[in-house]
Amino acid sequence: MTALIETTGVSKSYGDFVALDDVTLSIAEGELVSIVGPNGAGKTTLVNVLTGLLKPTAGVVRFKGEDIAGIGPVRLAHRGMARAFQLVHIFPAMTVGETIAVAVISQTHKSFRLFAAAAKDEAVRERVREVAAIFGLDTKLERQSRLLSQGEKKLLDIASAFALSPEVILLDEPTSGVSSGDKHGIMRGVVDAAKRAGVKAIILVEHDMDLVAEYSSRIVALQGGRVLADRPPAEFFSDPEIIAAIVGKMVGKLAKGA
Amino acid sequence: MRIAALVVAIVVLAAVPKFAQPYYVTLVLPALAYSIALLGFNLLFGYTGLLSFGHALFVAIGAYGAAVASSKLGIKSFELVLLLSGLAAVVVAIPVALLSVRYVRIFFGILTLAFGMLFHSFLFKFYNITGGDTGIRVLRPTLLGEAYADLDKTTFLIGPFYYYCLALLVVLGIAMWRIVRSPFGMHLRAIRENPRKAEYLGVRVRFFRLVAFLISAFYCAIGGVILAVNTGQADPELAYWTHSGELVFMTVLGGFASFLGPIVGAFAFIFLKSELMGATQYWRFWLGAILVLIVVLFPRGLVGLGQDLWNKVRRK
Repeated sequence: MTALIETTGVSKSYGDFVALDDVTLSIAEGELVSIVGPNGAGKTTLVNVLTGLLKPTAGVVRFKGEDIAGIGPVRLAHRGMARAFQLVHIFPAMTVGETIAVAVISQTHKSFRLFAAAAKDEAVRERVREVAAIFGLDTKLERQSRLLSQGEKKLLDIASAFALSPEVILLDEPTSGVSSGDKHGIMRGVVDAAKRAGVKAIILVEHDMDLVAEYSSRIVALQGGRVLADRPPAEFFSDPEIIAAIVGKMVGKLAKGA
Repeated sequence: MRIAALVVAIVVLAAVPKFAQPYYVTLVLPALAYSIALLGFNLLFGYTGLLSFGHALFVAIGAYGAAVASSKLGIKSFELVLLLSGLAAVVVAIPVALLSVRYVRIFFGILTLAFGMLFHSFLFKFYNITGGDTGIRVLRPTLLGEAYADLDKTTFLIGPFYYYCLALLVVLGIAMWRIVRSPFGMHLRAIRENPRKAEYLGVRVRFFRLVAFLISAFYCAIGGVILAVNTGQADPELAYWTHSGELVFMTVLGGFASFLGPIVGAFAFIFLKSELMGATQYWRFWLGAILVLIVVLFPRGLVGLGQDLWNKVRRK
């Protein structure tokens, strides 16, 4: 399998504090890789390095074979990696349709049409409807984003990332702030949508071990900035040492139930 | 409905010189000038979310552009003067914007304020170039090659010049309307709402802010040229920070959340100021009091107030 994303010996330190220590991993087409670990294990730093936001102190991070260290979110979006945040990021005073259109316009390089009517671009409208439909938002295109329910805002946040037609999408706790009953619904919807939209790989940062166990093809556990384990779910959850080190420290229902 | 109301407004404005006293016509002229300037100012403020406290700088560049072009370079053509002054403002705006758009909110406001004050002291101190506190005279331009030599100053201003400026407002207004409805304008609103999210959707936030800044500088300069021709003078007061404050005042008075708000604000401000100045020497106090009331009671400005009233009437 060819690696879409790979890090080789990536370290990141802030002064004396080592946030990431010699992290080597690769993510191939068709995978859904979960990154887990207790708070302070380096998940956020790793995600920021993977999305080109942070430049590692040492090591290489590549996306589709190209070095993406510190290239920033804009160029990353145009190269095919999208990111949805843990906290909902939307444009409150814009409609659902406009929010998705921002991504479609930027991805199709129509941003600098200074005198064209954005609302009359049929190609953009069609794509907006298509993306909205995947997330069940197509009946709410004219609604202001701030008037959506919390779950719908989350979906809109993710939908706008999807509208970039990314090859890789990074989901930072996509179900945080959503009632536990809706969690599986949202995860299932997102994973299905990703497959249909041609997303080649998903990186998931998640605390909920139920979701991690159910949807991951591989789990990377971080502890103290190092990779503690990098295994498929079945092996991961059957290793008592990992359970003790990682899952036990997290509020995992699975650990309590097992 | 909206378009019909706009056409009526334009027709009324076009008829003003026919029925109003010359004094009031000469008040409409600066209102037209400020309308154009504020359309640009509000692209940055209302649409992009960047509040500048230094945009009088670009109004002044427009005015001084007109002064230098007409008095020192002997350029008569108004079209050429507009173009040169607008370009001059854009050229000056590039370094100012490059530095300013790195910041947002109060930091952006303070930086633009500082640039405005810098320019004001330049105008004030470099007497040989700028004429110091007396400024530079602005000579009467030709409109589309026509000199109107037989008209006296006032007849020229409230006649051909008035219609020329009204036409300019209509043309530049339509252009701005298209800009805010364009993909570019949509990106600006996204940046105002959530710059971080916009970046992750592939929007080059700083670059868009920069372009919006340059467009706003251009519009402000056009407004400045009209102001200068109207008074026949470009003086340093145009660049003073209180003038920047007036730009903000007018926009808030009319309502920055609406496209036409700044235009309504410009007209309301000019007439309010003129009436208050005639009525009392404490006009600044009353202007301030009105601004306080507007911000507290009608944060959406006169346009928002009008919309609320209209909705009430319709419901009844």
